[in-house]
Amino acid sequence: MTKPLQRPKRKDPLKKTRIPLLPQGTRSRTALGLTSAAAEGRFQLQVCSDCAMVVYPPRDACPRCLSARLPFKDVPNGGTLLAETTIRTSTDVYFRERMPWRIGTVALDAGPSIVAHLHGDVREGERARLQLKIDKSGQAIAMALPESDTPNMADDPQWRELTCDPKYRRVLITDGRTAVGQALAEALSEAGASVIFVGVADPWKPFPGEDKLRKIERVEIVALDLTDTISVNECAGEFAARVDILINTAEHVRTGGIIERKGLTIAREELEIRYFGLTRLAQAFGPVLRARGADGVNSAAAFVNLLSVYALVNWPTYGAFSATEAACLSAAQSLRTELRPGGVKVLNVFFGPLETEWYQVVPPPKVTPSALANATVRALQHGLEDVFVGDIAEDIRARLAVSPKALERELGS
Amino acid sequence: MNLAPTSAPQSRRRPYDGVVVAAPVTVPYRRYSTNTAHWWVGRAVREVIQKARLKSADIDGLSLSSFTVGPDTAIGLTQHLGLSPRWLDHVPLGGASGVVALRRAARAVQCGDAEFVVCVAGDTNQVDSFRRMLSTFSRFAQDAVYPYGSGGPNASFALITRNYMKHYGATREDFGKICVAQRANALKFPHALMKKPLTLDEYLGARAISDPIHLFDCVMPCAGAEAFLVCREDVARSLELPAARLLATIERHNAFPEDPIQYRGGWALDIDEFYAMAGVTADDVDFVQTYDDYPVICMMQMEDLGFCGKGEGPEFVRSHTLTADGSFPHNTSGGQLSVGQAGAAGGFLGLVEAVRQVTDGALGAAVPGAAIGLVSGFGMVTYDRGLASGAALLAGGRA
Repeated sequence: MTKPLQRPKRKDPLKKTRIPLLPQGTRSRTALGLTSAAAEGRFQLQVCSDCAMVVYPPRDACPRCLSARLPFKDVPNGGTLLAETTIRTSTDVYFRERMPWRIGTVALDAGPSIVAHLHGDVREGERARLQLKIDKSGQAIAMALPESDTPNMADDPQWRELTCDPKYRRVLITDGRTAVGQALAEALSEAGASVIFVGVADPWKPFPGEDKLRKIERVEIVALDLTDTISVNECAGEFAARVDILINTAEHVRTGGIIERKGLTIAREELEIRYFGLTRLAQAFGPVLRARGADGVNSAAAFVNLLSVYALVNWPTYGAFSATEAACLSAAQSLRTELRPGGVKVLNVFFGPLETEWYQVVPPPKVTPSALANATVRALQHGLEDVFVGDIAEDIRARLAVSPKALERELGS
Repeated sequence: MNLAPTSAPQSRRRPYDGVVVAAPVTVPYRRYSTNTAHWWVGRAVREVIQKARLKSADIDGLSLSSFTVGPDTAIGLTQHLGLSPRWLDHVPLGGASGVVALRRAARAVQCGDAEFVVCVAGDTNQVDSFRRMLSTFSRFAQDAVYPYGSGGPNASFALITRNYMKHYGATREDFGKICVAQRANALKFPHALMKKPLTLDEYLGARAISDPIHLFDCVMPCAGAEAFLVCREDVARSLELPAARLLATIERHNAFPEDPIQYRGGWALDIDEFYAMAGVTADDVDFVQTYDDYPVICMMQMEDLGFCGKGEGPEFVRSHTLTADGSFPHNTSGGQLSVGQAGAAGGFLGLVEAVRQVTDGALGAAVPGAAIGLVSGFGMVTYDRGLASGAALLAGGRA
């Protein structure tokens, strides 16, 4: 049984903040296939295209038939924990300060034996399910969970090391005027976040949903205007040391391609809010997040970007908007590397058209703000890196994997 | 000792007739060394040459095993040591290095490709070199072992030990008996790093490292070197070198890959042929040097080398005394568990000791009347199990 997490006490300002350390993050190129699967929460191993053998650790030749065709594919994740050990001595500085640490050998039903991290509720000789997770180094590892969920299982210390669970963490939502921002505040409150700072530009100006937002437990409205560097810096000066998860909900959605928009006014505004807004947040909050990656139960955990799925491929109907989203995605990839020394994850949530006024002319299926909010919280609870929300986003992802060129033509017709 | 062919199957392999092993050398180990692996290897080679009363120019074969000699390999060592061999080998097989180096060198000498082959294993142990080696030991270690708690071999063997205990009823007392007996042997061996007696209570009360592995189940990484000379029997005789004949060898890698967790090694695959080639049985063996990175592996070797059946290891250990003067003399110099593990030299330690025992050259506890000795090697956990295994049967003048 997992011991429920205790709400962390107020931090003693005289106490040294533990410097974030990382487990070894070097992997062979082939093993990065596990990282791709883990980023999206899939359980994938190499499966030989010629003899169907499931292969682990990752290889470049099938050990049964020597085939070189070894794509990563979804594989059933059930198995039995054959043997476990509790490591009490490690040569590695990251693990040294986290001892004792349990690992075990899981014989997967699909074939191979996998040495995995163990959730506290998995028992030797019993059934287990394996998941691939991204560890603090940004690389994939396998973790064995009990076959069915157990009480408080998300509070297991080895599990929490791999997730960005909002429970007992302090979150900043950067724009509370949006429907998505408000839905997130509600979802995070339910998920047990200890404070939800919600940024609002010019808080004296009333906005739809304000009353409901203010009534959500543990919500605190703070002044934050992403288009204003001074405002972002002031907000960070006051709150950054108490922000464990930052979720950028700023949005700017307008139709139109590149040619039909006369001048740069809208394009500038779009970039100001989205790309430069993201940049301001990263510069103001990033260094503090990165320094607090190992700061106890409420360590800094994640920087979350809500991105239109058209960041991945341009949709000319929203052509200029797609281009701005693409700029934000590119910045997010850089941020991932820049925040890694702190073990802080960058979560990109890709969504299709939303059920909001700015997508008025777009036919369904569309994503409701609460669905997007719930998917984001779930992704944090599972420590994912990339998540696709809604049928359109899933569809774009699937078509992109088959043929980016075909998708480009189809979106333009 | 009865050397007549037994009822065991006939081996089709050619015997190692006319080849011997001589000049066993141990360069005394040190816990940490500021010297390089090259220094340790150089000292061992020099001592072999001196012991055999040869000159460097006589050495026309060299076999090297070392983890820490990088970026060099055997070829770099020829120039470093001023040797001009016409036969050269590099055996990066860890605990199986000794047996494998020997069997290759024996064939080279037997076929006339070389006359004097020096087989040497040496490693340094600088502060922190062990940690650096662990994280880059193999591609599988990097991808699938080290990121999991970085417990090193202690954690990998903890899983193997745990599984073995559960299946075959081995207890910590059984493993303790192996370790305690080896310590008793080591107290008489001048080069052992462990100089204090070990009691079963101390063994059982030691701190846990990676359950069920406790402190005295682990070898101590150190610096050191071991070496021996392989030459023709008539040549050794003319040099008046005490020498051991080679009766049989086996070598096997990645045996039983379908076993979900390791409970046997490659020996089990080749054991019939091993004794058939030598024309002896397990009963004829006077002492055994197993590869003792962890006591569970010793027990596995007792089973897989035919001294008892699979799963009977615990009972076998309980029913024998394992000291050099006991009913089953085992790891007579103290093994790596008490002498120390000097990297690849750990794969030579048992072999060098076996040559001493059958040639009446024991530095410590001598096995009374030792005629035939069995040496076993095991090594290279690149993922979840030891891949390499090998064994050799050596006979001295009494056989």
